[in-house]
Amino acid sequence: MVTTSPALQVEGLHKSYGDVVAVAGLDLEVHTGECFGLLGPNGAGKTTTIEICEGLLASDSGTVRVLGRTWDDDGRELRELLGIQLQDTQLAEKLTVDETLKVFQSFYSESRDVGAVIDLVELGEKRHARVGTLSGGQKQRLAVACAMVGDPELLFLDEPTTGLDPQSRRQMWNLVSQFRSDGKTILLTTHYMEEAERLCDRVAIVDHGRVIALGTPAELIDSVDFSHLPPPEPRKTHATLEDVFVSLTGRTLRDE
Amino acid sequence: MSDAAALAEVLREKRAQHLTRRDRGFKGLPLVQLTLVRFREFVREPEAVFWTFVFPILLAAGLGIAFRQQGLEQLQVGVVSRPGADTSVVAAMRRDSTLVLRAYDDSAGALALRTGKVALLVIPGMARDSVQYIYDRGRSEAASARLVADRAVQIGAGRVDPVRSSDTYVSEKGSRYIDFLVPGLLGMNLMGSSIWSLAFAIVVARSKKLLKRLMATPMSRFQYLLSFLFSRLFFLIIEVVTLIGFGYFAFDVPLRGSLAALMLIALLGAVSFGGLGLLVASRAKTVEAVSGIANFVMLPMWVFSGVFFSSSNFPEAVQPFIRLLPLTAVNDALRANMLEGASLAAVSPQLLVIVVWGVVSFLAALKLFRWR
Repeated sequence: MVTTSPALQVEGLHKSYGDVVAVAGLDLEVHTGECFGLLGPNGAGKTTTIEICEGLLASDSGTVRVLGRTWDDDGRELRELLGIQLQDTQLAEKLTVDETLKVFQSFYSESRDVGAVIDLVELGEKRHARVGTLSGGQKQRLAVACAMVGDPELLFLDEPTTGLDPQSRRQMWNLVSQFRSDGKTILLTTHYMEEAERLCDRVAIVDHGRVIALGTPAELIDSVDFSHLPPPEPRKTHATLEDVFVSLTGRTLRDE
Repeated sequence: MSDAAALAEVLREKRAQHLTRRDRGFKGLPLVQLTLVRFREFVREPEAVFWTFVFPILLAAGLGIAFRQQGLEQLQVGVVSRPGADTSVVAAMRRDSTLVLRAYDDSAGALALRTGKVALLVIPGMARDSVQYIYDRGRSEAASARLVADRAVQIGAGRVDPVRSSDTYVSEKGSRYIDFLVPGLLGMNLMGSSIWSLAFAIVVARSKKLLKRLMATPMSRFQYLLSFLFSRLFFLIIEVVTLIGFGYFAFDVPLRGSLAALMLIALLGAVSFGGLGLLVASRAKTVEAVSGIANFVMLPMWVFSGVFFSSSNFPEAVQPFIRLLPLTAVNDALRANMLEGASLAAVSPQLLVIVVWGVVSFLAALKLFRWR
């Protein structure tokens, strides 16, 4: 896996909004063909990082290479190669699922068939339903379908399962696994440790704009020092990634 | 099936799912798809259809009926007859068919005058040789009621005019209020629908982060803006045809200029207002904010640009500014075309104003536009 050139390479990334430092010297490398998870509490700099990688935000300093290209030199080409799902996009409510995907499809010089993508995200029955009538999970799958219709090499998913019920979440997991099994690369952010554990080949835990831990879920779980954690619940036989997360970022709640 | 055959099958299927621009054809072109979005969003919003097409017709019909000319103009005159007053004044005024007389006592007469029920209050004197008129000199129908009433009174008292005059009456299509109104409504509608349709759609897309999402695709920003223009052109034709057609068939509003020139004026106007709509929408993040900005931009033009009444009612000093407003230019050009049959060359100053507004606001909008 490490033999191929990285799908995404970030070095020394900095970004501030006024006095607020969002990203403070972040380094990251995502290999081609892996599913990489970016974890971290709210305000850790995940979305800022991902939006800089997506070419939607300019960084203050640092380098970003996506699929071996930079946004400054190959921006147009990169747009063709990336699939992007943003955290808070609301698609046009008056259009149908089919119409929405055809609009997105039209932007790409090479694309997938709309019907095939609709089947992939299991919206076949809703193909001619208006977006406004879809459930939260269906809307989210449509958002992912919009990201996939351009047949991307690299898929960015920013909290794709936040707010979804367990069933919808599992449907989304299947989708991601399928995409990955085609040899494509995924970078996702999530708050659900179980999700990261299941889907991700490697994860990075980000806090205060820096990567504070990196590795496979299993490696990170093994690295936990339980001495400063509250005594584990008796029924627990082994640590989960959730333990890693909490031991690294603390227990206090962070506001949105 | 062997593994190799199965793999070949999978690959063939994958290739079939893979489409290039050529495979997708004309309907798959981004500009076509984006323009279709504009159409669909418009026709699936019944309120938008109502305000764009039905409302101006209802307005034209209502105002056309309210202000239609019923033969001779009638002047409402109040008479306050005190006990013992001379009755010959009233008798003399009765002989003039233009005057409609109503009798009041003192206080009721004052109230009728104040509320505009009558244009003129006549108080006959105790003797034959005096009469008092009370009216507002600034109201044109009050002044003419004063002239007509006084003439009737003087003739009744035996005045003989030294010059014999004769009158020839003409009725000219094109000089009625409805003739003035229809081009004004068309101009107002062009402004309103251009500005609202662009400003609303763009700000809604921005507030829902859809604009940002589109920026994350290879979509051309220029084509995105162009799609608004294309859909406007289509709806423009419907707007012009319904409103002008309604005026022509229902009220006989004249179409003295060339229809092609009329269409060109409407088109330039719509595109120019489209630039203004883009400017209005360039930075606003919420629908509330853009509504405020749009009204702020349009309100002065509703008042000053001669939609419902002629802009010549405003003082001479502000006339140059009024003429530089885009809606004034559109309305003046439409009226010159429809009512006077003016050529495009004759309205070139107005067309220049329209084009300059369009170009300047479009460039400013591109400079200011916030895509996220």
